[in-house]
Amino acid sequence: MNWTLMWDALPRLAAGVPVTVQLVLFAELAGVALATGMALMRLSGNPVADWIARSYVFVFRGTPLLVQIFLIYYGLGQFGGVRESVLWPVLREPYWCAILAMTLNTAAYGSEIIRGAIQAVPHGQIEAARACGMGRFLLFRRIIVPIAVRQALPAYGNEVILMIKASSLASTITLLEVTGIARRIIAQTFAVFEIFIVAGAIYLVLNFALAWAVRATERRLTPYARARV
Amino acid sequence: MHRHPPTNPDAPEAVVVQDLHKRFGSLEVLKGVSLTAREGDVIALIGSSGSGKSTMLRCINLLEVPDEGRIVIGGEAIALKKGRGGRTVPADARQVDRLRTRLGMVFQSFNLWTHMTILQNVIEAPVHVLGVPKDEAVDRAKRLLDKVGILAKADAYPGQLSGGQQQRAAIARALAMQPKVMLFDEPTSALDPELVGEVLLVIRQLADEGATMILVTHEMDFAREVASEVVFLHQGRIEEQGPPDRVLVTPESDRVRQFLARHLSNSA
Repeated sequence: MNWTLMWDALPRLAAGVPVTVQLVLFAELAGVALATGMALMRLSGNPVADWIARSYVFVFRGTPLLVQIFLIYYGLGQFGGVRESVLWPVLREPYWCAILAMTLNTAAYGSEIIRGAIQAVPHGQIEAARACGMGRFLLFRRIIVPIAVRQALPAYGNEVILMIKASSLASTITLLEVTGIARRIIAQTFAVFEIFIVAGAIYLVLNFALAWAVRATERRLTPYARARV
Repeated sequence: MHRHPPTNPDAPEAVVVQDLHKRFGSLEVLKGVSLTAREGDVIALIGSSGSGKSTMLRCINLLEVPDEGRIVIGGEAIALKKGRGGRTVPADARQVDRLRTRLGMVFQSFNLWTHMTILQNVIEAPVHVLGVPKDEAVDRAKRLLDKVGILAKADAYPGQLSGGQQQRAAIARALAMQPKVMLFDEPTSALDPELVGEVLLVIRQLADEGATMILVTHEMDFAREVASEVVFLHQGRIEEQGPPDRVLVTPESDRVRQFLARHLSNSA
């Protein structure tokens, strides 16, 4: 084991952390919005909306993220319509292609988490709100969303951790996030074992921080879950 | 024994239901029931499980929409119409929301909002539905929590309270809307026997203050003391109704007699 090499690689690999974090952050921000929309379509009772959301989840949950990244990055450029569209400056960038693929992928899983959390809101608490004269929107905003968020949080934390790890796939389309930089250093040094150990450790630290943040949020939002009398 | 004064025939009608029918699939739960609650009335709905008494109560604030019939709250009839598939639905959701603010509902399983403290539960609807200023709502909530004896628990969460305390909090939450009529759906059925008394005490206090109430209950002694009128339901129809001392002591119907006999032997 070449400790000096590992030590020297650490700052270079750490320089990839901002890109990794950006990929996950943007994908999750857009992903939560899309997931919420899809979950509401599933719950709308409208058969067309339900079918669209079901098909979306079926496709993006049923195919590998790597394949989705390749299809978006290498595939879309084949269509003249895409190359001539206003979106082309964005879609030819590997950075945005990775974010787009990750967004679509995480939204498929996220919509199922959100749908489950909304459906699991106890019916009695909804009835109590209706009995007080709350209209649909107020009921949703004041009762269903706060309870569903608390129920979704642990599972959604899991999903974000999965996305941090999955962001390493962005290295396959030339992006220099943590894994991309690791592969580049390995190409120069052939120290596969050492470099990937450092890269793995960086992911561990990121996920440790994220898991801690999720737990802290959970504790803050559900103080009653700790102090049962 | 303490008795509630009888119905005042000159008092205005608070709730009128006429000829309610309700089906769940092929099962007809209500087969044409009618009821009038005048201001100051305390009406106890009794009967075996499956007799339709809870469904009848839940129709009053449209938690169940009757298939046929008329519901009038404080002189205002709830507009119903035939929706898709021939089901009856409210014609105007906003009217239903508005009328519900005048009807306080207390559930068997309390149904407090678990993500809010007790105080937040009590001020939620006054602030967000009625638009009462927050400090005013907090003042009123604290007075109500004091009245039901759980002011010390204002900042606790529902999960930290006993069933009896939760039900008293739920009563305070319903009262905070200053409803014209209180509806109780088996308010003590989910409670441990030793916690029933504290909840009944609060309900009795409301009755003594002249509140208009309709309650579904299995507590026959309590019904006899607190009610101005008892309505006995059997298989979706009203079998007998009248003053508690008549229906619960000298009933005309054999079914009521059997029910009471069974109930007394159960409670002995």
